[in-house]
Amino acid sequence: MRTAALKPVIPGFGLTMGFSVLYLSLLLIIPVAGLILFTLQMSWEDFWRAVSHPQVVASYKLSFLASFIGASINAVFGTLVAWVLVRYRFPGKRIIDGLVDLPFALPTAVAGIALVTLYAGTGWVGQYFEPFGIRIAYSQIGVVIALTYIGLPFVVRTVQPVLADFEKELEEASAALGANRLTTIRRVIFPAILPALLTGYALAFARAVGEYGSVIFISGNLPYRTEITPLLIVAKAEQYDYHGAAAIGVVMLGAAFILLLLINGLQWWASRRG
Amino acid sequence: MTTTNTLPLTSAAAVQDTPKATAEPRWVKWTLVGTALTFLTLFLILPLMVVLYGAFEAGMQVWWQAVTEPDALAAIRLTLFVLLIVVPLNAVFGVAIAWAIAKFEFRGKTILISIIDMPFAISPVVVGLIFVILLGSQGWFGPWLAEHDLRIIFAVPGIVIVILFGTLPFVARELIPLMQQQGKEEEEASLTLGASGWKTFWYVTLPNIKWGLIYGVVLCNARAMGEFGAVAIVSGRIRGETNTMPLHIEVLYNEYMFTAAFAVSSLLTGLALVTIVVKSWIEWKDERKKTSSTAR
Repeated sequence: MRTAALKPVIPGFGLTMGFSVLYLSLLLIIPVAGLILFTLQMSWEDFWRAVSHPQVVASYKLSFLASFIGASINAVFGTLVAWVLVRYRFPGKRIIDGLVDLPFALPTAVAGIALVTLYAGTGWVGQYFEPFGIRIAYSQIGVVIALTYIGLPFVVRTVQPVLADFEKELEEASAALGANRLTTIRRVIFPAILPALLTGYALAFARAVGEYGSVIFISGNLPYRTEITPLLIVAKAEQYDYHGAAAIGVVMLGAAFILLLLINGLQWWASRRG
Repeated sequence: MTTTNTLPLTSAAAVQDTPKATAEPRWVKWTLVGTALTFLTLFLILPLMVVLYGAFEAGMQVWWQAVTEPDALAAIRLTLFVLLIVVPLNAVFGVAIAWAIAKFEFRGKTILISIIDMPFAISPVVVGLIFVILLGSQGWFGPWLAEHDLRIIFAVPGIVIVILFGTLPFVARELIPLMQQQGKEEEEASLTLGASGWKTFWYVTLPNIKWGLIYGVVLCNARAMGEFGAVAIVSGRIRGETNTMPLHIEVLYNEYMFTAAFAVSSLLTGLALVTIVVKSWIEWKDERKKTSSTAR
């Protein structure tokens, strides 16, 4: 009787947990800790000099500002795309819905050369801006374009399921109580999708800050003007300046952890609301 | 990273017979659809067209030459070789950690789940740098590795390691919520009936998580074939030896061999489109299962 009651305990905890922890430690935790320890060997002055060099500071400004603009564009248009995909029927909808994932699936280097070809002065799109003196490729606008592209799926894919699950009755109640359509959208629908929207925004921003492949082709990499922070890390690593690269890397790691905490907090908020 | 897209079928049906009060006028609808499509055309459809146009503009023969010249073939071979190691390893890891998290209670579970997400937040460039610092010739383990005649950085093992790091979360992220939701009753029933642990896994768990696993593998595969920033740092770009397909594309582009760059890109673009089709198909299947089970 006793053995029968004990028997259906699921086996494999030691094996799966042991393997997972070993795998995570060797591949992730120890290497990341290694980077931090490596920069701790530097003197504070050296570290500060590496991370506060004017060229590096210019790159932080560009990386964070362009990521911010890109994520903001995605917040607006991503919500619009999610709305259109959930609420309306139009030809080619299924294909469009699938294509939203393209920035996840297409290698970033391919996206990079495609975007620069498209938005260069002679490109399909760039040629219409060139006569007005607007240069997209090899300028900060190009960086924003690439970072908007790379963050595009995040807002759509976080807002879309929330909109799809949204109860129509609430809208009907709001309309029955005399609210016009705009008021209903602003006061009933928007608050419901806000947590998901902010989560998607933060995810798009985090991805954009660290992005390399899709940006470096279109940015032209002019010092102080169109150099993103990841590019400087690559440049320093290629010159074997590992301390300089690691110092900037730790700054980016810190930013990544803060964003990760923020995203976890937002997801917790979103799940509590839902 | 939740991409589950529940029940657009019901909402699409609802749109048709909704009273006017909860729908927009036609002109608003079509303005919104038009704006959304313009945005997606500029950012998704045109880049896709540019790649295909650039690849085939000069004709099939030029395309064929570009993808079969020795350096391109070497890059294709290397990319496939890396995929063959990375995808199974991360799939096994994903199943193992999902099993531990979904079937057992232990402290620190939330922290463990957040740790799995780390590669999504860390810049690929930083990932590459980490391993150069640890394993490069001037790195911490460099002298020891040199003594034992092991070359990791600027060689294939380094490429495998950074791609393993970058694609680590994909399978785990799909399987953890799925297996948590499924609970452990079925496994317990199987074990009570006398099946061994492995047998239970093969005949009970695996069929249940099959589609989630395939979904994760497809995403992991897509990311692994395209990993660029991390590989750019650790590969050393030795032509025909340590150039993966994305690096080969970069080299060709920087040498102004645009047609060849787009030709190799078109192969990766094809794989990306296959990824999207498989992903959409699995999601569609999932949706149908959900709607039919709620109808019952």
